[in-house]
Amino acid sequence: MTDQWWWNYAMILVAGWIATDIWRWIGVFAGGKLREDGELLIWVRCVATALVAGVIARLILFPSGALAEMPMWLRAASAIIGFAVFSITGQKVVYGVLSGVIVLIAGWFLIGGV
Amino acid sequence: MPSEIEQRDHRETEQVEPQRVWFFRGLRAMVSIPALILTAAFVGYAGMARASGLSLGETLLMSGLVWALPSVVVLTGAITSGLGMIPAAIAVTLASVRLMPMTMALIPVVKDGKKSNKLLLLFASHFVAVTAWVYAMRNLPEMPRHGRLAFFVGFGFGLSSVVTMITGIAYVMVEKMPPLLSASLFILTPIYFLCSLWSAARFNADKTSMVAGLVLGPIFHIYEPELGLLWTGILGGSLAYVATRLAERRFR
Repeated sequence: MTDQWWWNYAMILVAGWIATDIWRWIGVFAGGKLREDGELLIWVRCVATALVAGVIARLILFPSGALAEMPMWLRAASAIIGFAVFSITGQKVVYGVLSGVIVLIAGWFLIGGV
Repeated sequence: MPSEIEQRDHRETEQVEPQRVWFFRGLRAMVSIPALILTAAFVGYAGMARASGLSLGETLLMSGLVWALPSVVVLTGAITSGLGMIPAAIAVTLASVRLMPMTMALIPVVKDGKKSNKLLLLFASHFVAVTAWVYAMRNLPEMPRHGRLAFFVGFGFGLSSVVTMITGIAYVMVEKMPPLLSASLFILTPIYFLCSLWSAARFNADKTSMVAGLVLGPIFHIYEPELGLLWTGILGGSLAYVATRLAERRFR
C-alpha cells in the first residue's frame, strides 16, 4: 500500500485488533442478557460451534501457506485419520493431532515429495 | 482492576478464596497439552510471517492483539497482497464473526451475577479464541462462580503472553522453515480444533452443529467466499438446533 514504516502497524491496529475485538465486545454486551440455562444460549452455542467447524473445514480444504502445496486428499486424510485416532483413544487430543501430522508427513514422502 | 478485586475480597466472607488465588490457578492450568499444540501452531505462523516479510514487531503485535489464529492468517494474507485498509478490515471482520457467538455463550458461564465488572469482562473477552473457549466451556461450570472470571483471565492472559513470546523467539531463530515442517505445523490447528471442539460438545445439538458446519463450510466457501462463513454459522447452527429439538421430541 504505502512505504511508510507505520502502515503495517496501522493495518494491524485497525484491520486486525479492532476488526476482531469488536466481535468479542459485542459478544460481552449481548451475552450479558442471556441466561445460562436458556434455550437462546443453546442456539447461540450451535451457531458458534458451526462457525468454528466452518473455519476448520476451510483451514483443511482451502489452506494458505505451505499447507496449500500438499494435495487436497492428503490434507483430508490427515484430518480424518487424526480424528479417528482421537476417537478410539478415548478422546485424547494429543494422539489425534500427532497421528494427523504423521499421516501428512508419511503421505508426503510416499508420493515422492521433496 | 486490582482495586476492584481487593474491594470484593473485603466484602466477601473468609471462606471464599481471594481472586488472585483463582487467577494463579488459571495461570497454572494453562500449562497443558492444548497450550503446547497451540504454541506449535503459532511457531508455524512465525515461519509464515517471516516468509511474508512481516517484521518481528509486526508479528508480535499481530499475535498479541488479534489473538485468534485463523484471523491472524487472514490479516497476514491481506497485508502481503497489499490490500487496502478497508478491504482488509472487512476480510478480517468476516473471518472473525465466530468470536461473537463464542463470547456470548461464554459470558453467562464466566460472570458472577451482577457482581462482575463490565470492564473486566471486556478485558477478559480479548482472550476468547478456540483454545481458551473450549477449555472454559468444559471446565468453568465445575468451578464456584466467584472464581470463574479470575481463573479465565489468568488462563487467557498467561496463554496469550507465553504463546506470543514463543512466536517471537521462533521468528528470530528460524530463518527459513522447510516447507514440510511448515505444512505440518499448519495442519496442527484444524486437527486440534476438530478434536477439542468435539470433546467440548456437551449436548447432541453441539455435535450436530459441528457436523453441519464441517459440511456447509466448504460448500458456502465455493459459492460465497466472503460471507460464506457467516451463513455456515447461522444456517448450520439453526438447522442443527431445530433438528436436535425435533429429534428429542420424537424420541421422548
